[in-house]
Amino acid sequence: MSQKLVIIGAGMASGRLIECLIDADPNAYDITLFNAEPRGNYNRIMLSPVLSGEKTYEDIITHSDDWYTENNVTTIFGEAVTLIDKAAKIVSSKSHTISYDKLVIATGSAPFIIPVAGKDLDGVMAYRDLDDVNSMLSASRKPNANAVVIGGGLLGLEAAAGLKEQGMNVTVLHIAGHLMDRQLDPAAGYLLKKSLEEKGITVHTEGFTKAILGEEEVEAVLLEDGTVYPADIVVMAAGIRPETRLANDAGLRVERGIVVNDAMETSEPDIYCVGECLEHNDQLYGLVAPLYDQAKVLAKTLLGEPAAFTPVEISTKLKVTGCDLFSAGDFLDGDDREEIVFRDAVRGVYKRLILQDNKIIGAVMYGDTADGAWFLQKIKSGEDISDIRDTLIFGPNFASGADADPLAAVAALPLDAEICGCNGVSKGDIMAAIDAGSNTLDAIKANTKASASCGTCSGLVGQVLQMSLGDEFVLLERETVCKCTDLSHDDVRKLIVAKGLKTIPAAMQELQWNTSCGCATCRPALNYYMVCAWPGEYMDDGQSRFINERVHANIQKDGTYSVVPRMWGGITTPDELRAIADAADKYNVPTVKVTGGQRIDLLGVEKEYLPAIWYDLNSAGMVSGQAYAKGLRTVKTCVGKTHCRFGTQDSTGLGIKIEKAMWGAWSPAKFKLAVSGCPRNCAESTCKDLGIICVDSGYQVLVGGAAGLDLLETELLAQVPTEEEAIELTQAFYQLYREGAQYLHRPYKWIAKVGLDWIKEQCVEDLENRKALSDRFEYSQQFYRVDPWAERASKGVDAHEYSPLADFTKVAAE
Amino acid sequence: MSNYIDIGAITDIPIRAARLVKTMHGCIAVFRTATDKVYALDDKCPHKGGPLSNGIQHDESITCPLHNWVFDLNTGMAKGADEGSVRTYDIKLDNGRILINRDAIARAEAAE
Repeated sequence: MSQKLVIIGAGMASGRLIECLIDADPNAYDITLFNAEPRGNYNRIMLSPVLSGEKTYEDIITHSDDWYTENNVTTIFGEAVTLIDKAAKIVSSKSHTISYDKLVIATGSAPFIIPVAGKDLDGVMAYRDLDDVNSMLSASRKPNANAVVIGGGLLGLEAAAGLKEQGMNVTVLHIAGHLMDRQLDPAAGYLLKKSLEEKGITVHTEGFTKAILGEEEVEAVLLEDGTVYPADIVVMAAGIRPETRLANDAGLRVERGIVVNDAMETSEPDIYCVGECLEHNDQLYGLVAPLYDQAKVLAKTLLGEPAAFTPVEISTKLKVTGCDLFSAGDFLDGDDREEIVFRDAVRGVYKRLILQDNKIIGAVMYGDTADGAWFLQKIKSGEDISDIRDTLIFGPNFASGADADPLAAVAALPLDAEICGCNGVSKGDIMAAIDAGSNTLDAIKANTKASASCGTCSGLVGQVLQMSLGDEFVLLERETVCKCTDLSHDDVRKLIVAKGLKTIPAAMQELQWNTSCGCATCRPALNYYMVCAWPGEYMDDGQSRFINERVHANIQKDGTYSVVPRMWGGITTPDELRAIADAADKYNVPTVKVTGGQRIDLLGVEKEYLPAIWYDLNSAGMVSGQAYAKGLRTVKTCVGKTHCRFGTQDSTGLGIKIEKAMWGAWSPAKFKLAVSGCPRNCAESTCKDLGIICVDSGYQVLVGGAAGLDLLETELLAQVPTEEEAIELTQAFYQLYREGAQYLHRPYKWIAKVGLDWIKEQCVEDLENRKALSDRFEYSQQFYRVDPWAERASKGVDAHEYSPLADFTKVAAE
Repeated sequence: MSNYIDIGAITDIPIRAARLVKTMHGCIAVFRTATDKVYALDDKCPHKGGPLSNGIQHDESITCPLHNWVFDLNTGMAKGADEGSVRTYDIKLDNGRILINRDAIARAEAAE
């Protein structure tokens, strides 16, 4: 007969424990699960996305009622256990008394409520469970409501960001001199504060709460320094304490937490503990990874197998969009410690490594955390880094040189390097699947989901297979970038990012180009991939651009150039037209033509005169139309509801807004847009790379049209209700295309490859990702929304392009 | 009198770029390679007259910007399937200065 196992607390650790037990032996125990909350286990880590509105409670349930029933777990939810009688081996709640053979305490932790006056007022809440989140959400519905979050740690900042997302005015009070002082050092804390302030969150460091003010409901928070912040709610996120009251009462050994040994046994026989409530070797645990390890160990102990919990180094990442920070290990100063620091004020990047005895013991990064996993691995392995110390801080791409193995690039990636971004599959996951018998791309796809979504990583997956299986695996013939390399466009793009390659020579070196400096095919592709991957960092290489992009005009058959100033949304003015006419006269422009993109083309300008004609056009307020660019071209519009009797929205205005937001951006190929004010579609939106058709209820965003070599009608990406969303979706789609498509592929070719469904998943269904894509585009745009004509006409950029080295025509004439 | 004319410093041409020397008889493109060698060729593709100085340079070759013919900078011969050649001129480097043979400037007379 099964033994009776009683578990107190249905949290993430006990949820994993039950899974492990049932997986190993479903009949070993008769399980009864108590939970004080009136519900089963859900993913507490995802409370922040529930608060910010990105997810619902249903999305984060991990164990449904059906699951407990199917697995014969008896549940008593909504009742806290009030007594453990260890002599009689029974536990009691309000209406139940249950006997046990084995007992697991998984009571987790309780929020620390700071002991100040007013802490019991209505509107003061913790941030611990779904009920707290629901209270916050209902408070946020009041217009212009104020929230004060006490505590600037991980939890407090996620709460603050979520409340801000819900439209509240948010102030964060933090006792220490900088935010997240347990994870970050002061410099990184400063950068974090700055970026939260940019989001509109007020941060008050060294803010000591004196009292919470109000009659019955909270009204304000008073600080020791006299500052008063109005508050409709106060969220206590000042820390958590292991919930040990039951264990204390039962006479178990309790220090800060319930003390356990390596096997998760408490001081009493047949009583065990797992999760945040325990203390192991003087350590408390609050992050989920070690909790899961504890659950695995306890499952074995309960099944009579030997097992021991050994804590591993863990890292912290903050789940707040736009705040990219990473910390791991130990990073306090000390006499026996050395540090390596890298700062880039312009990009807001800060990296610090803490060394002891030639080993990395801690790492803090802000702004650029790409190498975090690599450093974490070095901390875990404790390897001697003296040989690579000089370049260590620049990450793996500098630290290790290349060798002659064509698979070296993939081989050099650490096991936890992400190969498949869509499904979060690491190199280690793929290698584990290979060890378990998957020996084809399809098997890997089926067993790990790597390359199962957008498929652009299949080349890399193939290389991992080849590396692991050697000749047993034959890599499929793929289209390579050009004869200079065996890699495909997709491989090159991913390796540039994964290995942090930031110059064309570095890429050619690390990716083992077989020519000394590439060719006219691969160099422009590499240059674009760098521009896209490293905005603001990469130094554009003009000599790797086709002449049109190098001199910012279109070469014509006779070697003269054409000049097309931008006309935002196709709107111009008499002054602009006069300036264009004057320029055409002054520079003897032989042909003036109206283009299909609603602007004016001045054809036949001598190269030497380009800076001068640009200067004249700049003086009249015009900028380059980038009619020559693999990049954003035009936004064609109709007149919309401003003039047209059929117009439903301001299509011209929206077109101008889009063009003003997106001009200057580079992409794999040219990108043309149009906005039509009604389904009559006078702006011909349905054959553009991205077209918008306004309807009464909003904006249809259409993508993947073509009217060139191929003729294709767009397909609907999504309909959105507001201009703001139309712009965000447009930017997100463009960024997804910029990041994913192979050089020279127009969107329709890329869509054919990755599938419109996948694109919808990325930028229509996943709102968080849509925002992230749009944010990345915005970030890049701050560097590229610059008029290249003005730089050449007034600032002397690339002057060598426009003047001869020597002129003997005049000498000879004299 | 030296048979060469100083037309500028090597640093007047960015790496892998080209600049023009204008003569009474047309333009000569002067190329600087990644390894700091210099070459001089007619700035005119034999195919459709494209200005080679505006092409993309790689190794010791230049790709014409109009239709992607590729020429060897050493010989002026078209590479690959295309047939044709561009006239090359005697040019050299001396202490960072670019020197071109006078005949290149006066080639029309020489040819007549």
